[in-house]
Amino acid sequence: MVTLAAEKLSVTLGGRLILDEIDLVLEPGRLIGLIGPNGAGKSTLARALLGLLPPGDGRVLIDGRDARELGPKGIAQRVAYLPQGQDIHWPISVERLVGLGRLPHLAPFSRLGRADRAAVRSVLEETETSHLAHRTATELSGGERARVMLARALATGAPGLVADEPLASLDPGHQIDVMALLAARARAGALVVAVLHDLSIAARYCDALVLLDQGRVRVAGRVEEVLTDQVLAGVYGVTAWRAEHDGASLIVPIAKAD
Amino acid sequence: MSFARDRSRALIPLLAATAILASAASLLFGPAQLSFAAIVDAFCGHGDPIVRDIILQLRLPRMALALLVGAMLGAGGAALQGYLRNPLAEPGVLGVSGMASLGAIVAIYWKLAESHAWLLPLFAIFGALVALAPLVALSSRSESPLTLILAGVALATLSGAGISLALNLAPNPFAAMEITTWLLGSLEDRTVHDVWIALPCIAVGLALMLWDGKALDALTLGEDSARALGADLRRVRLRLLAGIAIGVGGAVAVSGSIGFVGLIVPHLVRPLTDRSPSALLVPSALAGAVMLVAADLAVRLIPTAAPLKLGVLTAFLGVPIFVRHLLKERRLW
Repeated sequence: MVTLAAEKLSVTLGGRLILDEIDLVLEPGRLIGLIGPNGAGKSTLARALLGLLPPGDGRVLIDGRDARELGPKGIAQRVAYLPQGQDIHWPISVERLVGLGRLPHLAPFSRLGRADRAAVRSVLEETETSHLAHRTATELSGGERARVMLARALATGAPGLVADEPLASLDPGHQIDVMALLAARARAGALVVAVLHDLSIAARYCDALVLLDQGRVRVAGRVEEVLTDQVLAGVYGVTAWRAEHDGASLIVPIAKAD
Repeated sequence: MSFARDRSRALIPLLAATAILASAASLLFGPAQLSFAAIVDAFCGHGDPIVRDIILQLRLPRMALALLVGAMLGAGGAALQGYLRNPLAEPGVLGVSGMASLGAIVAIYWKLAESHAWLLPLFAIFGALVALAPLVALSSRSESPLTLILAGVALATLSGAGISLALNLAPNPFAAMEITTWLLGSLEDRTVHDVWIALPCIAVGLALMLWDGKALDALTLGEDSARALGADLRRVRLRLLAGIAIGVGGAVAVSGSIGFVGLIVPHLVRPLTDRSPSALLVPSALAGAVMLVAADLAVRLIPTAAPLKLGVLTAFLGVPIFVRHLLKERRLW
């Protein structure tokens, strides 16, 4: 179980204020969708929550402790990170790549042990990528790579996961697989924060949404509180068509709002 | 599911055995024909005193230096490639060896090394740092491998020009004749004294580089991912910078800048491992040692009017590999 919090968190990159006094508390056991238009600061917030950016002002708390005190290894054992569109620089095998997720648990100069291998096997099964284990990671298709990267992040066994656009380059079937997997993780007690663009998917799977706009939290809360017509028009500048199907809400942007 | 590591397990003992064989050959062959028995006698302290001098004063230091310098350059190439995520990175190509050479030349030809023996490696280490600092700063700002190689080309050219200038201006009238030795590298006429300069530097350099294998693996996914996996990149960077500067500085101070060893060796070793940066470090050190001992033996045995420089051989082997990588790396342009 892990709790993530931002207290008056501001981040300035290259002289531009990207995040402006963000206050958030993210509780375990929930799948939280981080949404907002392009350039709203979603990826920056994701990175800041992992202590990857020096906070200009304010602080990030992980389980109530300042991220800077925890240090890289302490953070890595608590929160895993799935970055957006990362490069794989060496042609290593998929199982070796997923095994990198075990690094936060390894003592210096030690190698993957029995428990680490079991963890790798289990996340490969969970992401349905066991058949790719011996493939070369740099030769995978976009969708295969995205799922393997998710496996890599899950392999850390951390109780928290921050995933930046985990659905990018996945087909509809695999999008559903991944969201179901993230939701199941949250049910089991994990804290999952996912940067998402598809509002229907966000509405259907997330327990709560955080809507960022111009570096500030515009609204945060339950799905129906966040995705109102007023907010969609004000933040995204769109009008949307809404429907319910088998209890799943559909929100499809139709036109630019006037 | 098998975690393929068996091949790399057999690799290290195999390379170590090859290094021992190459070292024995390096003692055995040379301009003077010596028998294996003569070598054993020399080590046991009896036999012909001239033969003993040839072996203990000439061939042994040369062999030891080839092993040490080769190990350092091989491992240095592997570590730099891992850290910079670039299969073209190498102390010679990036101008690090060249700048270290320049430092060493200033120390030697301005007689600074005569006053204090440790000034020679210190100047070479400083030279290496001057080249490494901008490269490392550049690498964290740009993921493009091409930027880094271009910066290396600039540094290598600058060091070449600096070496020529320094040797032309040197108060020693014979200095200018040694330009090729420093630009291409050589282990001719080295003494036990040189071994004592190189050994501590290279030992420290290798230890610092082998420290961070896991962080180098994590860097396979870029700097953000590596930090999110718990790697303290600031410390990794410091250790790696220090390790390469000290090790390459110590190596170059006694051998000049021998290019391409750090490029060729990881290139040859990588397919025999699981291709992760950490799996490459120790095998690259061993293979580098083998390669330089063999190359040094070759320049001694190839009959040429003037003895060949080591860097001539390594460049002929290294440039084709460099070009092959350039053509393969489409993301470069």
